[in-house]
Amino acid sequence: MPDALLEVTNLTKIFPGIRALDEVKLSLRSGEVHALIGENGAGKSTLVKILTGVYIPTGGKILLEGKEISFKNAIDAQQAGIVAIHQEASMFPELSVTENIFMGHHLRNPKTKKLDWKAMTEQTKALLGRMQLDIDPDTLVKNLSVAKRHMVEITKALSLDAKLVIMDEPTSALTGREVEDLFRIVRSLKESGKAILFISHKFDEIFTICDYYTVFRDGQYIGEGKVKESTEDQIINMMIGRSIDQLYPEHTPVLGKEILKVEKLSQLGAFKHISFTLHEGEILGLFGLVGAGRSEVVRTIFGIDKASEGTMYLEGKAFMPKGARQSMHKGIALVPEDRQKQGLVLKMSLTHNISLPVLKLLSFKGMVTRSKAEKTYVLEHGNQMEIKSAGYHVDAETLSGGNQQKVVLAKWIGTKPKILILDEPTKGIDVATKAAVHQFICDMAAKGVAVILISSELPEVMGMSDRILVMHEGYQTAILDAQKCTAETVMRYAIATVAQEAAHA
Amino acid sequence: MLERSPSSLLKKALERRELTLMLLLLVLLVPITVRSPQFLSGENINRILNDMAILSIVAIGEFFVILSNGIDLSVGSIIAFTGMACGMINESYASVPPVVLLLVGMGIGLLMGLFNGVLVAYGKIPPIITTLGTVNIYRGLTFLLSKGTWVTAHEMSPSYIGFPRTTFLGLSYLLWIAFVVITVLYYFSRYTRTGREVYAIGGNPTAAKFVGVNENRVRVVVFLISGTLCGLAGALWTARYASAVNEMATGFEMQAVAACVLGGVNFSGGAGGIIGVVLGTLFLGVVTNALPVIYLSVFWQTFVQGLIILVALALNTLSDQRKSAKLLAQRRG
Repeated sequence: MPDALLEVTNLTKIFPGIRALDEVKLSLRSGEVHALIGENGAGKSTLVKILTGVYIPTGGKILLEGKEISFKNAIDAQQAGIVAIHQEASMFPELSVTENIFMGHHLRNPKTKKLDWKAMTEQTKALLGRMQLDIDPDTLVKNLSVAKRHMVEITKALSLDAKLVIMDEPTSALTGREVEDLFRIVRSLKESGKAILFISHKFDEIFTICDYYTVFRDGQYIGEGKVKESTEDQIINMMIGRSIDQLYPEHTPVLGKEILKVEKLSQLGAFKHISFTLHEGEILGLFGLVGAGRSEVVRTIFGIDKASEGTMYLEGKAFMPKGARQSMHKGIALVPEDRQKQGLVLKMSLTHNISLPVLKLLSFKGMVTRSKAEKTYVLEHGNQMEIKSAGYHVDAETLSGGNQQKVVLAKWIGTKPKILILDEPTKGIDVATKAAVHQFICDMAAKGVAVILISSELPEVMGMSDRILVMHEGYQTAILDAQKCTAETVMRYAIATVAQEAAHA
Repeated sequence: MLERSPSSLLKKALERRELTLMLLLLVLLVPITVRSPQFLSGENINRILNDMAILSIVAIGEFFVILSNGIDLSVGSIIAFTGMACGMINESYASVPPVVLLLVGMGIGLLMGLFNGVLVAYGKIPPIITTLGTVNIYRGLTFLLSKGTWVTAHEMSPSYIGFPRTTFLGLSYLLWIAFVVITVLYYFSRYTRTGREVYAIGGNPTAAKFVGVNENRVRVVVFLISGTLCGLAGALWTARYASAVNEMATGFEMQAVAACVLGGVNFSGGAGGIIGVVLGTLFLGVVTNALPVIYLSVFWQTFVQGLIILVALALNTLSDQRKSAKLLAQRRG
């Protein structure tokens, strides 16, 4: 067996409070397509960012062709021969294909030192020809389809003489025909001796194109193997682990009447035909891998985005909110996924953040009746969440992630929601806060609030939910009783190997 | 948990822009007073305050726009148009009382601000582009209105010209008006729902949307405030300087922005306060008035103003960077 092109050993990356990578290893040979597999948050992206010089690792070793390397920035990584093709193409839409390909390493006329566009165009033509691509080098990138932009990025990697090409979810925006084109190019790259690190959630693709795989879970290396010698079951088992060892608070659902009914809710390009019912006191889990469209579904229910099709009934009455204000008024609360970008105004004090959704209640004819009502309100709900801070007057940006999340929750409980939607409420927060959030969710359900819980952590969804709605690429693949199903079943529906007919029905 | 040693209290105080500015103002006053003891005479202080009253009114309007992560470059032109309109009304109908002229100015300013706000909120044109257009449109309207002529002091009524100087309890009407504007809008910014929403939209429009804040409404409101205050300022300007010329208040937007930046208002929105803006205005006033005292010609005035803006912006950025570095260190630790 030839020596490894890339050898990663004991690689660790620690972010405040989180071990994103914990002594992982990865070994890649030239001429190999290597799948990196894992759930959301398994550490795949962190590894890619380290390999491309975006993050600096906390510990461990990376050997490229036997030599130890450490990148200070993305240019270092490029020069060493590692190029990543990103999920969302990072290109200059207003520039031509040639200009994009040679951005950062323009050719110059050796005598006049002027940029040699003629030579660059020629080379671009040659590269595109080699990949059998029918693209005019002078076309502006903005006029190309998403698939062709991907191809241009790959061409750019070739022009850089890359040894290792990293493809992060390269097919997520491609049609079936375009995927075939991409695979043709991947095979030709492989034949020319490049190594390809292929990150994908789609098992059919992995089994079609990849030779070898490595599985990560929760920032740890779990295992590796030859694709040909493995079965889907084996890989799924490695992804989800064996047991749900974490403890979740006791929750015996006392279901009240039906509060929300969603029928064939769709949004063009995001999700299609989502149907479910939700009862008072119920916790409905919403599970799916990246790109499944979970956040989009709840944003539409909350009225931030518009539905293109479908109907909803809130307490029996037809309901289609035009904006957050309307759905809040009807008793829906949405704790968004990204607390820093969507949940908080970081430069505002905790007091002002918590009172923001209920200013109408706290104000009289537009005047915020100052200290008393607001202070009492904020204290009541803040203390309920046990926020740790130097006081409610400090700005939200001074708090840790877990405490910020508590502020976001405190901000919403005061609106006395009947339906509480939580989008990844425990993402990136410490264990203690996580437990507090879980307890909070169960308390809300016990009070009769209907909860929709989005989570990428399978154990959390399994442990917290009464029922689980599983999505795959915008389609609803199953609604399962959490008590009666196994993690394997849920994961199978999430990667949709068992439910193609259900999805397209 | 929290240590409250004297040094940490001092540090805390220095983090507040308002206190830093006050200290700086005092430091600045020492050499000036040494050079020219009459600088701190009641008469001179009164003059500085009166000179700065109009700027403080306009700067507060600019403050709300900047707070929402916008900018209003059209303030000078709104002042010119409303000032010209009030001057011409006074020239033709001398019997119209000054208070009515102020209201007319505010009404016209409100309409001009509304136009800005609607373009920004519903036309989705960035504030800097919108007001770059309207600064010229409104100035052009001023010329069209006046047909290029001036209104001079002897064409206006003494009651109008005398209005800003009339005193009540020892202070001029001009100062009283500025005081009322400052107080009312201070209250508005801190204790009204809309005021809170301006901070929210400027600080994080996405999070604001998630709690149902009507972004378009807030964007219109900030331009309405700015336009109305400029209209008031225009009516006062013509009276105080006893003339209405087409070029009046040219470049005034820079002084308004300078006062805000000096007062610690975050240029990308979401942070700052009216006290800071008022102190920023005062600081500009002292510097401008002190130039002759330290034997610098008034020709240096705009140069010095530009320099102050740059230094203030650099300081704001620096303290922001230090703050986020500290936060990061805290979280790592």
